[in-house]
Amino acid sequence: MTNYLEVRDLSKQFGDFTALGNISLDVAEGEFVCFLGPSGCGKTTLLRAIAGLDPQTSGTIRQKGRDVSGLPPAQRDFGIVFQSYALFPNLTVADNVGYGLVSRRQARGAIARRVEELLAMVGLPDSGPKYPAQLSGGQQQRVALARALATSPGLLLLDEPLSALDARVRLRLRHEIKTLQRRLGVTTIMVTHDQEEALTMADRIVVMNHGAIEQVGSPQEIYRRPATAFVADFVGSMNFLAGTLETPERVKIGGLAFACPAQDGLAIGSKVRLSIRPEDVRVRDLPADVANRVAVEVAELDFVGAFCRAALTVRTDGDVAPDVALVADFSSNLIRDLGVDIGSRLDVALPPDRVRVYAA
Amino acid sequence: MSLAAPTPKIALRINLSRDDLLMRVGLVALVGVLLLIVALPLWALLAKGFEDRDGHYVGLANYVSYFSTPALFNSALNSFHVAAVCTAIVVPAAFLYAYALTRTVLPGKWLFQGISLIPIFAPSLLPGLALVYLFGNQGFFKAMIGGSIYGFDGIVIAQVFYCFPHATMIMVTALATADARLYEAADALGASKIRVFFTVTLPGAKYGLISAALVVFTLVITDFGIAKVIGGNFNVLATDVYKQVIGQQNFSMGAVVGMVLLAPAALAFLVDRLVQRKQVALLTARAVPLIPKPKFGRDLFFTAFCTLVSAGILAILGMAAWGSLIKYWPYNLSLTLGNYEFANFDANGWESYFNSLRMAAGTAIAGTALMFVGAWLNEKTRGFGAIRGIVQLLAFLPMAVPGIVLGLGYIFFFNAPNNPLNFLYATMAILVINTVAHFYTVGHLTATTALKQIDPEFESVSASLKVPIWKTFGRVTAPICLPAILDIAIYLFVNAMTTVSSVIFLYAPDTKLASVAAVNIEEAGTTAAAAALCLVIVVTSATVKALHLMADRFLLGRLQAWRRR
Repeated sequence: MTNYLEVRDLSKQFGDFTALGNISLDVAEGEFVCFLGPSGCGKTTLLRAIAGLDPQTSGTIRQKGRDVSGLPPAQRDFGIVFQSYALFPNLTVADNVGYGLVSRRQARGAIARRVEELLAMVGLPDSGPKYPAQLSGGQQQRVALARALATSPGLLLLDEPLSALDARVRLRLRHEIKTLQRRLGVTTIMVTHDQEEALTMADRIVVMNHGAIEQVGSPQEIYRRPATAFVADFVGSMNFLAGTLETPERVKIGGLAFACPAQDGLAIGSKVRLSIRPEDVRVRDLPADVANRVAVEVAELDFVGAFCRAALTVRTDGDVAPDVALVADFSSNLIRDLGVDIGSRLDVALPPDRVRVYAA
Repeated sequence: MSLAAPTPKIALRINLSRDDLLMRVGLVALVGVLLLIVALPLWALLAKGFEDRDGHYVGLANYVSYFSTPALFNSALNSFHVAAVCTAIVVPAAFLYAYALTRTVLPGKWLFQGISLIPIFAPSLLPGLALVYLFGNQGFFKAMIGGSIYGFDGIVIAQVFYCFPHATMIMVTALATADARLYEAADALGASKIRVFFTVTLPGAKYGLISAALVVFTLVITDFGIAKVIGGNFNVLATDVYKQVIGQQNFSMGAVVGMVLLAPAALAFLVDRLVQRKQVALLTARAVPLIPKPKFGRDLFFTAFCTLVSAGILAILGMAAWGSLIKYWPYNLSLTLGNYEFANFDANGWESYFNSLRMAAGTAIAGTALMFVGAWLNEKTRGFGAIRGIVQLLAFLPMAVPGIVLGLGYIFFFNAPNNPLNFLYATMAILVINTVAHFYTVGHLTATTALKQIDPEFESVSASLKVPIWKTFGRVTAPICLPAILDIAIYLFVNAMTTVSSVIFLYAPDTKLASVAAVNIEEAGTTAAAAALCLVIVVTSATVKALHLMADRFLLGRLQAWRRR
């Protein structure tokens, strides 16, 4: 299968600063891809290079087999939605949506029908005669979406489209955009710094940092098997325990040894970081011979609603080892059933298949 | 497909779209225009200073003779002296007045605000004429002041009147941007009123004060009309230029004096730019605007102060108005409209007024179009950084150049026989061009500010929708900026009506302007008719401004329903 979008060795320099370094990336037709990363990681720069708005310094971009690397935005095929909506405030909603249709010399009636259809599609069938300022933020963003889709572009670019919205509206629009994208099958790239947004919406996530790609993968892969410590830390919560790799399958932390999946990439004896997600720390029904069992004491317990986030200190030989600390998520049931409270002592296990090891 | 092989790095060739190309051509054309109407005339002036009367290169000889002629050099000292004294008077007064308008509960605030703006609508010679009536050789109050009003004192009083609105506007802007929470915090910390003033109010207005001082200083040094009317034998730089050029036909020396005049104005401008750059936004989007609460003692004091200042402004305007209606000052005080029959005093009669209207309208239309489209090209062209930098520089240059200096440069540049553009000389067109150039900076800045406030992604969106950028300019950008466009047009109109300095060298008998005619009539000794002509100018520009305000409120409200939420 050929890729819809092929980015090869893309670099962008701002003077001495490298905003993007040798990015290569493929996007399949109909795919929903998220560029995820902290601010300044280059995700928006990459999106704008793909659009041709801020051309790259070097590298090529092919869209549907056509080399668009040096083309101005008007000669590329994309629709774009910005965080600021960028709706024309002096035009009605209908005129905004029809903005790109009018210049295509279509008949007035055909344009009006298409605009109506688009507005119905984004759930604003009666808002045509209104001005953008009369709409709420979420409604304005839907209009922007309708405008971007009006000319049926092959590629939809979304630049932090939900960041300016209230939390509740954001959740609803997330779902709506995703549904719409699936229905239309339009290849979509969305830039976001919100990991939850990326995890729920994307078919594939591209995690970026310092102008480079850290990992590309499905949301499950990114969350379950983060390729780097950066990804592990940026996406979701993660415990990091500093230690030494004793054998390919064992990490030594203080006086404790932990089993881990076989590490071939790391030298024996090198400094490593052992990681595990708070929700993967097991408490209940530990078999007698369970691997990676540790005795802990609950130091803090933060109520987060559906569960409690517990700060645990590891005890070795009855003593507290203050430099080894863990965070674990305990469900409300568990806390009630086991009577967990601050100061409680209990045994937990770090399942080896949930443990990941990174070079320190 | 050999995707595995590393792609060789080739330098990327960016294709320009038709929009990009059009805009770049437009920018280059703009640079050409600005070079022609600003830079080259100044260059001609600079070159002229190194020539003798016959056009031979003489090096610094003219400058040497300037600085060794005490009479000429004294004018420079006089200019600085007057400017320093006026600045010392106007800035504190404007600060207090602006403080009253923004930070106290003033009855009839809009009226006080309006009165403070009146001098802007008058040619600068109007306060001079009023002072002649009041304190001149046949003035009502001549006996009261002991000496003669002609000279230093007269210039200072008239300049204070003339510069007051400019300083006040700057101070109002500086003081209006206050965050109420700073004051609440200071109160909560138990700071005394005096301490709050010196630690919160004054630092907030610091840059405004510096800016106002520089503007007043420059206005006084470069103004020509006031010193002309009421300067007597007290020579200043601006009148020296006029005397050298018109009186003695000594163009080279005129050019030298012009350069001497340019130096302080340019310096003040540079300092102002540096200061402005340091200013950070004091008012963030989250600031809570300060709404003054009534306080009897303070409000009473400031009401009295504003009444006094307003009375002074109205007295000067009123005196000019009354003088213009009097038959024969001070012997026959019966009223007449005879002084408005300008044909009796100047060959052009009312025609000069209609010339002014034509010139002002032409400047407003051509200037607004050039400034707005120019600013738009400069803001929205992709890449092309070097040329955009040049545009920015050329657009800022006129602010640093006194009108009389620019006017002189125009003579040298456009009157040169080998200049293919010299057919423009002595036409209405050159007056319009000169006035557009003279006031270019403010218009450019207004347009740039307005353009910066609209979403920068409009152009990205239109490009993605394959709509040409000029279409978005017409359908979206320009309509959104309509209030700013009107502001620029009115600013140009009013200034074109009142300007004297830059056009005094450039008019021909049939293109004489009202402000210039007023200077000529005054020179011929008919103060009443000169005052009458000034009054006509005041009424015209004030009416236009009033119409603008009404249009802003009513017409725009209807045309721009989209602004309402």
